[in-house]
This record gives sequence, C-alpha cells and structure tokens, in this order.
Amino acid sequence: MAELGRIYLRLIGARARSQLEYRASLVLQIFASALLTLLDFVMILVLFENVPELDGWTVQQVALLYGIAGISFALTDLIVGHLDLFPQMIRDGTFDQILVRPLPSLLQVVASDFSLRRIGKILQAVAVLIVALAAADIEWTLGRAAMVPLAVVSGTLIYTGVWIALATIAFWIVDAIEFVNAFTYGGNFLSAYPITIFGRWLRNLVLFVIPIAFVAYLPALYILDKPDELGLPEALQYASPFVAVLTVLVARLVWENAVRHYRSAGG
Amino acid sequence: MRLDWELARRGYRRYAAYPGATAAGLFTNVFFGLLIAYILLAVFDQTSNIGGYDVGDALAYVWLAQGLLSVVASYGPSWSELALRVRSGDVATDLYRPVDLQRALFAQDVGRAGYQVIWRAVPQFVLGAILFDITAPADALVLLAFCLSVCIAIVVSFAIRFLVNLSAFWLLDYRGPMLLVLTVAHLFSGLIVPLTFFPEPLGDILRALPFAAMLQTPIDIWVGEPLGGSTVGALLLQVFWAVALVLSGRLVLAAGTQKLVVQGG
Repeated sequence: MAELGRIYLRLIGARARSQLEYRASLVLQIFASALLTLLDFVMILVLFENVPELDGWTVQQVALLYGIAGISFALTDLIVGHLDLFPQMIRDGTFDQILVRPLPSLLQVVASDFSLRRIGKILQAVAVLIVALAAADIEWTLGRAAMVPLAVVSGTLIYTGVWIALATIAFWIVDAIEFVNAFTYGGNFLSAYPITIFGRWLRNLVLFVIPIAFVAYLPALYILDKPDELGLPEALQYASPFVAVLTVLVARLVWENAVRHYRSAGG
Repeated sequence: MRLDWELARRGYRRYAAYPGATAAGLFTNVFFGLLIAYILLAVFDQTSNIGGYDVGDALAYVWLAQGLLSVVASYGPSWSELALRVRSGDVATDLYRPVDLQRALFAQDVGRAGYQVIWRAVPQFVLGAILFDITAPADALVLLAFCLSVCIAIVVSFAIRFLVNLSAFWLLDYRGPMLLVLTVAHLFSGLIVPLTFFPEPLGDILRALPFAAMLQTPIDIWVGEPLGGSTVGALLLQVFWAVALVLSGRLVLAAGTQKLVVQGG
C-alpha cells in the first residue's frame, strides 16, 4: 500500500512538473478556473440580494455549505477530474495497455493526469469558507472546529468514490460520460444549498443512495448548531467520515467488478 | 446556398452520430434544471416578484435557459476548434479553399444548433413544462418573436465564439483568454442567474450588452419582460449586436490572415 502511494506521488509529480514549465500560462489558467467556479457563488449572492434567507438559512450559512463542498469538490477534481476523459482511454485502446502493466488499473487511470490549473478552484472555495467561518456567528467548540477539516476530507473521499463508481458506465456506454456530470458537478452544485429546499425524492437520493448530503449539509448542521428540519437521527451529523470510507470501498468494488467484465474493442 | 445547406447537414450529422452523448447530456440538463427550479421556488417562497419576474416567469427561465444553453453552445468544442487549427497551422488550408471561412463555419454551426434544438432543447423543455407551472407566451406573436430572437441568438453566439477563436492568431496560449470569455459569457448571458435579478441599474446595463443577446433576450421576450418594455426594441438591439459582431469577426480574420501571410504560415 505504501509502495503504491509512493508510485502515485512519483507519477503525479511528473505530471505537475511538466505543467510548471509553462509558468505564465499556468497562472492565467489557475486564475481563469477560479473565476469560472466562483460563478456558482455569484449566483448565491445575487439570489440573496433579493431575499434575506433561503428556507431559514442566511447567506453566511449557505456560504459555509458552499465553502466545504467547494473545497472537497475541487480536491476531488484535482485527483480524479480527468475521469471525464476516461472513455477516450477505452475508445483508443489505451486502457488495454494499462491492463497489461503490473499496477492496479484504477491507480494508473487516477495517476494519468494532475491538472494544476484546478488549484484555482481550491483557492476560491478556501477564500469563501474563511469569510463564511468568520461571518456565520458560530459558537466554537473543539468538536465544531475539528468538524470543518474532517468534513472537507470526508467530502473529498465521498465525491471521489461517487465519481469513480459512476465513471465505470464508460465500460458499457462509451459516449455517455456526461451522465456522470449530473451527480459530480450537479452534486457539488446542490451541496451549496440546504437539502430541505429540494423535492423529497432528491433528498432521499443524496441521503441514502449517492451520499452527497454528507459532504456539507449534515456536518454544517452540527457546526452551526441548527435544528434539523428533516428529523434525521443526530448521529448522521457526525457520520460523514464513516460514509466516506464506505463510499470509497464501494467504488473500488464497482470498479474491480467493471474491469472484470470489460471486453476490449479488439475482441 | 447549396454549399451552405450541405455544410449545415454535415454539422447536424456530426452531432447526430453520438445519440448516447445526446441522451446523457439531456439527462444532465434536466437534472440541473430540476436543481435550479427547486432553488428558485425556495427564493419565491420569500417574495413574489424579482425585477419583473414572478414565479412562473422564473420557472420558464429555468427550462428555456437549460434548453437554449446547448443551442447557443454555452459550452463545447466550438469555443476552441478553430483556435487549435490556427495554432497547428491547419487554418492555412481552410483559407485557400474557395469558400468564405466565416460563412462556412456559420453554416456548420447552424446545423449543430438545429440538432440541439430538436434533440436537446425541445424534449427537456416539454418535460420541464409538464413538471412545473411555467409562464406561457402571451400570444402567437410573442411566440414568433421568441423564435426569431433564438435565431438571432445563434448568430450572436457564433460571432462571439468566432472572435474568441481568432485570438489564437495573436496569443500563443488561447486557453486562458478563452476561459475568461467563457466565464464572462456565462454570467452576462443570464445562464447562471436571470439578469433581471441583478440590482438596478446593473441588471439593465447587463441586458443591453451583447452577451445577453445570446440567451437572456429570447427568454425576456417569452415571459413578456423585454428590455425597455418593447419586444421590437429588444429584437433590434439583438440584430445590431449580431451585425456588429459578425463584421468585427470579418475584420479580425482579415487582420489575422495578413499576419499569417507575413510570417509565412
């Protein structure tokens, strides 16, 4: 396991160094990608220009959701965002090469890129989170302070697991990868809002099937000490780390199962 | 004209070749539409009118915008395809073909837009209209003006993307500038949030800019809230931007070609 970790770091280190060769271009791309992601937050600000709160949540509290979800998603995007291009590996046969190498296929696919420009997304979300934590009027305890980084780590693992598990659809339908975007980009978009505003079917989906509600909403209830309108067990507010580990394990199973059933185009 | 038609058909068929991608895109589009609709319903729980939009108008905005975003290519390869050809030098081949480059690309883009109207915009709009109580156009004339406005929006969108692509004649790395224009286009076209939701006078200023002519103008016409209260005025402004942007594209292409010739390709 430690050996695999070392190999992973070497592989992405090489990817990162090659991008650092074009410094000016990289800086501009980091800036541009930060701005593009910030648009979702601009939407929140424009909405709150017109109303004081959204289903009982103030703009500071919604910004907290956005910050936690945004950092988690940006980290995920840095680690596995290139799964968007995974169907291409199947189409052009690169994936067959991966299968004959003596390393786990998932590791090789994940290590196949590491886009430093995505750091821009992380930076803008960190900025929003810092402002939100300062402005949201939180009664700090040790537990609440610890929950912020814990939620970010758990959120990253949850998004990563979801992304990997859904990307396996490319083994069966090569050109349908945009379907995954609904739950990755879409999942991140909805994480910035209290899930109480969404329809019941959607709430149940993100609570029990694709556990995106554990990224920001449930930890934020605990951090902000807000009453849970859905009447869920209080334990769920601390459950994100367990859900995260579970999601990653399930994703690995799904991936391995999909690879076992993979038939390359070459027969 | 026959050539234009053939090019448009090729543009259509290029997208028709991937029905799986269309279905997946449609699914994602509808999912985002649902999310935004729920968010705006929560907003209109607290208020009944924002910048002239009531809740039915806002829901119409959601499904029209989600439908139109593929039609006016808010995302997609057309933002950088020509730029890549400029960078690789392939554009030289394009330029000595006996057809006008801008016109040929526009014909292909019309084919692309037509495909998106039929297979993306209409199906997801119908679904949205069934699920939610959205504002219908006041009369047949409004519907006609809306359709006309969508056609002009396609021209405006094409002209903006053409200009962005041409920046590759002068910039070694076109990706940074492209992402910046894309960001501005998303926000100022009304894709992220209706421009009428911005505080005044910012909202009206944004609605007068060319980006609004890509998306916000047709939607404003549909819900009966055109800029300045006049549908004809809104259409004329849109036509003005279309003409100005297409002509700028021609001038910039001429300048870029000149540079290409001087440098010997």
